[in-house]
Amino acid sequence: MAKQSIVPFGPQHPVLPEPVHLDLVLEDEVVVKAVPSIGFVHRGLEKLVETKDYKDYVYIAERVCGICSFGHGMGYCQCLEKIMNIEIPRRAAYLRTIWMEMSRVHSHLLWLGLLADAMGFESLFMQCWRLREKILDMFDATTGGRIIFSVNCVGGVLKDMDTGMLLRLVDTINGMEQELRPIAEAFLRDVSVGTRLHGLGLLKADQARLMGAVGPMLRASGVAYDTRLLGYAAYDDLDFEPITATEGDSFARCEVRINEIYQSFNLIRQAVDKIPEGPISVPVKGNPNGEHFMRIEQPRGEAIYYVKANGTKFVERFRLRTPTTSNIPPMLDMLKGCQLADVPLLILTIDPCISCTER
Amino acid sequence: MEHLNTIEPITMAEFMPAVIRFKMDGWRVVQICANRVPDGYEMSYSFGKDYDMRTLRLTVGDDEKVTSITQVYPGAFLQENEAAELFGVKIESIDRDYHDKLYRIARETPFKQKG
Repeated sequence: MAKQSIVPFGPQHPVLPEPVHLDLVLEDEVVVKAVPSIGFVHRGLEKLVETKDYKDYVYIAERVCGICSFGHGMGYCQCLEKIMNIEIPRRAAYLRTIWMEMSRVHSHLLWLGLLADAMGFESLFMQCWRLREKILDMFDATTGGRIIFSVNCVGGVLKDMDTGMLLRLVDTINGMEQELRPIAEAFLRDVSVGTRLHGLGLLKADQARLMGAVGPMLRASGVAYDTRLLGYAAYDDLDFEPITATEGDSFARCEVRINEIYQSFNLIRQAVDKIPEGPISVPVKGNPNGEHFMRIEQPRGEAIYYVKANGTKFVERFRLRTPTTSNIPPMLDMLKGCQLADVPLLILTIDPCISCTER
Repeated sequence: MEHLNTIEPITMAEFMPAVIRFKMDGWRVVQICANRVPDGYEMSYSFGKDYDMRTLRLTVGDDEKVTSITQVYPGAFLQENEAAELFGVKIESIDRDYHDKLYRIARETPFKQKG
């Protein structure tokens, strides 16, 4: 057996904007084992639910993460709405769908920029983030916030979009779609990108399912599972199929996310076409009593929201199983056998969100 | 179409055989959730197949030990370590047991006490 050495990776690393630590056990330059440590910025936000009014906690739920913030607020509200038998107005469901898909575009463009940066493509990184600014500007115009939106409430949403704003949104994403094409070409056709990503971090479909992979990571391994097909919000009115790839490597994960951006543009256009007139929220009376597990598809994959309430204004337990929590175990398996130099890039291709994991 | 989303109470004796049956039938682990209740914990194990989800609810006493499901579902180790470190649930034979070293937090089992 070759001599083993341990190389610490993180918690601060140029490729990762958030702290996570791995002890990499190496034989020569090949990883044979990776041992994670997390919790450097653990905030105990799940615990905070015990001392906050259940309606006010929406604002904390969406602060779990700055990228998936809309989805976290929505998942928490949907869970309570199910427990309290509240049916939100269809217009509110459509508005939630539109903001959710804008979040996916925002998240995937952010990730593409980070990937480009990790490979040394500075210009490509800036192009991705320049494009991302346009969706952030639309968030600002429609909600008043660029990162934290505070538009979800139990019973619907707090802000509406008038016809002019909806048309402006469609106009913006149409322009973004045109601008994304040359950027996508650079990722999917460039020889250097292909050399770095093809065959790296191979995850076969069976292994992905066994280890609990979710989201683009699962779909890049050929499993057509997308929680949006459960039909929550207004997804039951929209026409779409899960985006998949079969190779299961880092390139496939990149390809799936790029195609999901186009899919999100399409879903936003469908939603704007079909959005009905009407109120955006219903009044909510009383306190929740009961429990429910809710699933939604965040940009990084399936997220689980659990609420247990006891009839008081304080929820007894809120649990959020984030996509990254599910994607870390398969990532640790994928690291086995990879070269030390490829570790940062491989970790990045699961699109880890430590803020979500450190909720 | 309405998909299955149930919570089913289960005893300790029935638990592992049920987990093995889930595995044999092609279900995946969706999530594991610990919750503090008087004199113990509720452990909820959710399994998914296609778009159906079934949750097994195990109620365990303070000092009662729960068998890890990582021998059947190896990907469950992270959430089991989390339940052990944040709540203090005693989980036996976790495939990759980090022995309270997964989370770099100052307090021991910070979620154990309510409020």
